[in-house]
Amino acid sequence: MRYHAPSSVAEAVRLAAGATGITRFLSGGTDVLVQLRAGMVTPDDLIDLKKIPGLREITRTPDGGWRIGAAVSGAEMGRHAALCSDWPGVVEGMRLVGSTQVQGRATLAGNLCNGSPAADSVPGMVAAGARVVVTGPAGTREVAVEEIPAGPGKTRLKPGEMIEAVLLPPRGAQGGDAYLRFIPRTEMDIAVVGVGVSLTLEGGKVAAARVAIGAVAPTVLLVPEAAKAIIGTTLDDAAIAALADAVRAAATPISDKRGTAEFRKDVVGVLAGRAARIAHDRAKGAAK
Amino acid sequence: MSRIHVTTTVNGDAVEFLADPRDSLLDCLRDQLNLTGSKEGCGTGDCGACSVTVDGTLVCSCLVLGVEAEGKRIETVEGMAKGNDLHPLQRKFIEHAALQCGFCTPGILVAAKALLAENPDPSESEIRFWLAGNLCRCTGYDKIIHAVQDAAAEMRGA
Repeated sequence: MRYHAPSSVAEAVRLAAGATGITRFLSGGTDVLVQLRAGMVTPDDLIDLKKIPGLREITRTPDGGWRIGAAVSGAEMGRHAALCSDWPGVVEGMRLVGSTQVQGRATLAGNLCNGSPAADSVPGMVAAGARVVVTGPAGTREVAVEEIPAGPGKTRLKPGEMIEAVLLPPRGAQGGDAYLRFIPRTEMDIAVVGVGVSLTLEGGKVAAARVAIGAVAPTVLLVPEAAKAIIGTTLDDAAIAALADAVRAAATPISDKRGTAEFRKDVVGVLAGRAARIAHDRAKGAAK
Repeated sequence: MSRIHVTTTVNGDAVEFLADPRDSLLDCLRDQLNLTGSKEGCGTGDCGACSVTVDGTLVCSCLVLGVEAEGKRIETVEGMAKGNDLHPLQRKFIEHAALQCGFCTPGILVAAKALLAENPDPSESEIRFWLAGNLCRCTGYDKIIHAVQDAAAEMRGA
């Protein structure tokens, strides 16, 4: 295994393009190094992204959104007060990944590229309307987060492509988001069901919303029907019930050791309602 | 397989070693630098026995490559006592009998020290959440939590 620590994205992409064997990009390493140590994947070329300027930074974008470098850890996101204030749901999803030790290394981009349908940070990003900056041999493109996962352990990134950064849109006035998951313990577990909701209010009613569900399909899903169920409402009980019906209709879970399909379908509706209420409260709080 | 020369700081001392790029930081600490306080429990980031700090951030050294230590500041359990003077956490772990076999203890001490650096007065639940990535299979967690609380109080001068 050859270890590379390039000092620019261009150099990283050039190294990946020139590699002939198995290539992995390394940021937090909490998946790549586990796979290496388990003997599942031994890269011929390992390209460490952490020495590339900007990849460990959280910066405001000119439009008032955020750019989170691909190697920014969960712990760093949690310490960033302005980011936490704008997008608490995105941050709380990321902060649920693993232990304190894992948080010191694990990244949003890595959690997305690992391709798990149960990835805790992904529904929050999808609900937020996050996009990723993807760079590869053919140049740089911006892609919606929900376009990246292709199935368990698989992404739609092309060979040699890497994620440089996650972009969050401007939060704007009267906006709020939230992520909730169900696990049978209180911490350190993989989501049985996860739900991210982001919404904005206008005149006391939901003006815009995005709802994403995790661990109930081969990929995290954006559910436009669930957003439609609450847009134009005051998020009253009828709207919450319609939201629950919509996410249950969209969910196609499997039964496994962590939960049955029936249980997951039920819980996704419950969590969607709760997450929507938290996002709503946060949106109202932000309006004060 | 060519080995890479790594220069880093461990517990305040400048050190260098040659690392196979596949070696974890834990391998390098134990096998190259003879710092065997950090333990390998699972090797997959689940148990926390290999906890160290890198530039002040708590990590599992089994999930860091040795070559990633280049230019960093590493702190391990060996850096906690000053000569014969144990760190307050170490004294309180002995006082509260917060260990039996001791395998998890170095990792828990390093993790608890990192917690108290960030939050000198953590609640019981904050301690439990922070240490959730440090598994102990014999003492049970209550004594560990009490020892951390007691050490925190002493360090605050309470």
